Amino acid sequence: MSKTNGNNPNGRGKDFKVVGKPFRKVDARAKCTGQTLFADDIALPRMLYAKILRSPEPHALIKSIDTSKALAVPGVYAVITGKDLPIPYGILPVSQDEHALCVEKVRFIGDPVAAVAAVDEDTAFEAMKLIEVEYERLQTITNIEEAIMVDEPRIHEYGDGANVHKKVHLEFGDTEEGFREAEHVREDVFFYEGNTHLPMEQHAAVAHFDADDKLTLWSATQTPHYVHRALAKTLGLPAAHVRVIATPNGGGFGGKSDPFNHEIAVAKLSMLTRRPVKVTLTREEVFYCHRGRHPVLMKIKTGVRRDGAITAMDFESFLDGGAYGSYGVASTFYTGALQTVTYEVPRYRFKGLRAFTNKPPCGPKRGHGTPQPRFALEIHLDKIAEDLKLDPAEMRLRHLVKPDTVTANYLRIGSMGLGTCIEKVVEGSDWKSKFSNWDRTKRRLPEGKGIGVACSSYICGAGLPIYWNSMPHSGVQLGLDRQGGVRVQCGSTDIGQGSDSVLAYVVAEVLGIDPFDIRVLTADTDLTPVDLGSYSSRVTLMTGNAAIQAAERARELLSIAVAEKLSVPVENLAFAERRVFDVENPDVGVTFAEAVVLAESKFGTIGTVGSYTPPRSPGRFKGAGVGPSPAYSYSACVAEVDVDAQTGFVTVERVWIAHDIGRSINPMLVMGQVEGSVYMGLGEALMEEMIYRANRNVVHKFPSLLEYKSPTTLEMCDVKTYLVEDADPNGPFGAKEVGQGPLLPVMPAVANAVYDAVGVRVDEVPITPEKVLKALQAKAQGKDARYGPKGVPTVDWQEPLKVLTPAEGGDGREMPRVAVHS
Amino acid sequence: MSQNTKHKAHITFTLNGEPTEVAFAPHKTLLEVLREDLSLTGTKHGCELGECGTCAVLVDGRSVLSCLVLGLDAEGRRVETVEGMADAAGLHPLQETFADTGAAQCGYCTPGFLLVAKELLAHNATPSREEIKEALSGNLCRCTGYIKIYEAVELAAARMRGEEAGLPRESVYGIE
Repeated sequence: MSKTNGNNPNGRGKDFKVVGKPFRKVDARAKCTGQTLFADDIALPRMLYAKILRSPEPHALIKSIDTSKALAVPGVYAVITGKDLPIPYGILPVSQDEHALCVEKVRFIGDPVAAVAAVDEDTAFEAMKLIEVEYERLQTITNIEEAIMVDEPRIHEYGDGANVHKKVHLEFGDTEEGFREAEHVREDVFFYEGNTHLPMEQHAAVAHFDADDKLTLWSATQTPHYVHRALAKTLGLPAAHVRVIATPNGGGFGGKSDPFNHEIAVAKLSMLTRRPVKVTLTREEVFYCHRGRHPVLMKIKTGVRRDGAITAMDFESFLDGGAYGSYGVASTFYTGALQTVTYEVPRYRFKGLRAFTNKPPCGPKRGHGTPQPRFALEIHLDKIAEDLKLDPAEMRLRHLVKPDTVTANYLRIGSMGLGTCIEKVVEGSDWKSKFSNWDRTKRRLPEGKGIGVACSSYICGAGLPIYWNSMPHSGVQLGLDRQGGVRVQCGSTDIGQGSDSVLAYVVAEVLGIDPFDIRVLTADTDLTPVDLGSYSSRVTLMTGNAAIQAAERARELLSIAVAEKLSVPVENLAFAERRVFDVENPDVGVTFAEAVVLAESKFGTIGTVGSYTPPRSPGRFKGAGVGPSPAYSYSACVAEVDVDAQTGFVTVERVWIAHDIGRSINPMLVMGQVEGSVYMGLGEALMEEMIYRANRNVVHKFPSLLEYKSPTTLEMCDVKTYLVEDADPNGPFGAKEVGQGPLLPVMPAVANAVYDAVGVRVDEVPITPEKVLKALQAKAQGKDARYGPKGVPTVDWQEPLKVLTPAEGGDGREMPRVAVHS
Repeated sequence: MSQNTKHKAHITFTLNGEPTEVAFAPHKTLLEVLREDLSLTGTKHGCELGECGTCAVLVDGRSVLSCLVLGLDAEGRRVETVEGMADAAGLHPLQETFADTGAAQCGYCTPGFLLVAKELLAHNATPSREEIKEALSGNLCRCTGYIKIYEAVELAAARMRGEEAGLPRESVYGIE
């Protein structure tokens, strides 16, 4: 049987029985009846409760910690501090800069310092308040500029500068030559404020160190495999004695992708007390966990020809990383990676810098490091279109990256449906009769109403794992029961996106059974093969392909046994409706359960495996690891807004969004991801922000659900969605991602629509009424009709790592550096 | 052990249609009593400050935030949680439509939405989209963008009126 990648299994083409159908999710009914057990719903006999004492100081040395009063409280079983967990960890091998409990110093308000296990939560809380910590304050580093300027004190003792975590400079082709070829060069500066995931479920974990000295951790994590590694490392246990079970995540959005201090702390407390220990963070603590969207200051310079064709682009980004590394090195590269995958950029330069500051650590939030540059790029292109008096939708359409090509920075593009996406939203929104072609004297919409367009792209899984290895990124094991049931085991984690269901749908399609005949067992490091986790929009593509491989191998075994029994050629057999039958004579066949019996009789117990490793990227230069993906999804968005010039209040009335999904495994779930992405994008565009009181020790301004504004039903806009299906050869049945990509174009489309509505540019998010009013005031005073950053810090970027582009005959490697003699 | 866990309060009330007795530390909220003392973990918490609607339950048919109500206040009341919505005959129409339309993504906010929607439909069999938005405006959902939730409520309302109804094709496949 050929390896079909599911695109054409069994020669049935588009005649799918499960794929493309709006089945409910396999866990939907459990979730609607209260039966799904989230981490905090787990209660074990004799379970203790943990509380974590957090630093009230943003940057300080720990002089002493006295836990004696806490330990003396009746009902307290253990109190631990940094001394008990001295081994550092971190999600990236290059940033092992965290301790479960701070050892010598604290780096932000909320940094964990000590943990208590007690008979109940109240007792743990009372005891926690009795822990005495003496701090010696250090100067705080509050923002990017300070991080670049201040050499002492350092927040960390590593990095590319005193308080610079990472600095990169890459050049693909001769960008200066590209700018010389341009007929118009434009430069703009943008700022993207940080924001956070705000999952409805607060992080929670339960640890149980049992009588066999084995540790089990149930946790609301998107990455059980990485938590498994971090626990073994920090606790000094053999990994084989550690089991991590990811409970269904009550929302993740990237916020549960790091190994967390509370997970390690409860594990240690359970080891010390030999009792199960639970910790559930308060909502305030979730804000300190953070790992959300980096605040990014950006400068973009682009050279274009008169028709809008880009000749060169220079992009600079400055990330405020907060107090720890987290995914930050990857985040930094991501702010420069995907500028090239939508419109052709023949020459490209990227400079990126991530600063350490005394704030909760930033990390990956939906779109990881790419919404900020996408925001900048799409507004910048809007401004260029106005400079050139071109329709911004048509200008984009004219210069799309071509499918099956390699970009200047060595990203291999497969299927590319952005053109169709743009056409859909332009037509659906009636763009041509609403957009005024930059002539404010001939407006087609009333003053105050505006329309804007933007596009985007996202990866369908990171091409490289977090830690270097050459093993598969995803594994699936199938077990076939002689009664006709099928068990799918995979390390993937369902965070609400429906990844458990995707496994069932894909296997059901290949084996011709009902998806609800399948038992899906996921996210348990003892029982399921490794899947790297629910991040980088990798799960549908990677687990889907692994599941198809396992299912095809099972089908092959069943086919051989059934063909023998029926005396029919193997290639004549079809699998559908719980039967295996002769396509030429459908009455001749056996039930699926009988087929399993025949196969088990012939071969023994039937189990198969499948795995997936992404294709190797053509990039060979240092830094080429971030950006490559088996496929890229594309989205186009038109937003229509109403801006009240008196109050500055922006109402997004409707969004038209088209998403290139490759192929929908389940269109209803795809629609849900698109709508949810638009929602989250709307929040980022208009209201969500992580902000701190600079004059009061960088304390978080409002770590609560009430004050951290996010859209309710009353703010959510109407959404018109188009799914563009152009099957990608690397996707399972042609599927690409949808969980993150459709968020990206929303923020710039809204910003561009605000400009169309009232003629002012707000070059940062969130676009609050205050900023709109300030821009309107500036306009009224004859100043630059804009609100946004004025410039970027001056930094010695040093010589770039230069790579010849594919068009220039490059091989993806760094060019030899020319020695400079003075 | 801290002082306030020593003397338990004791109440009787009707929980999901059944007479129920429970003893608990008197400072506990109804949310805590339900989850910790009655093991009904279907009721979730998002903030425990009355900000997100996740912990909504029905008390005497009216939606309340169980994190803001003392357990003691449930004495003699009729309390309904998500666990009480389904019976041996099957799921409540709202549970069915929420499950079948993808209105529950991560599912964490779902119980709260279900109960508030149930209250709405008890008073208004034909709610408009605007009325649904208004009724659900105190519940936060970070996954769905609310749209599939509106559609699930509309579909359940139609079915409860005895109409044969399904999702519009556009809601499932996008605009074709």
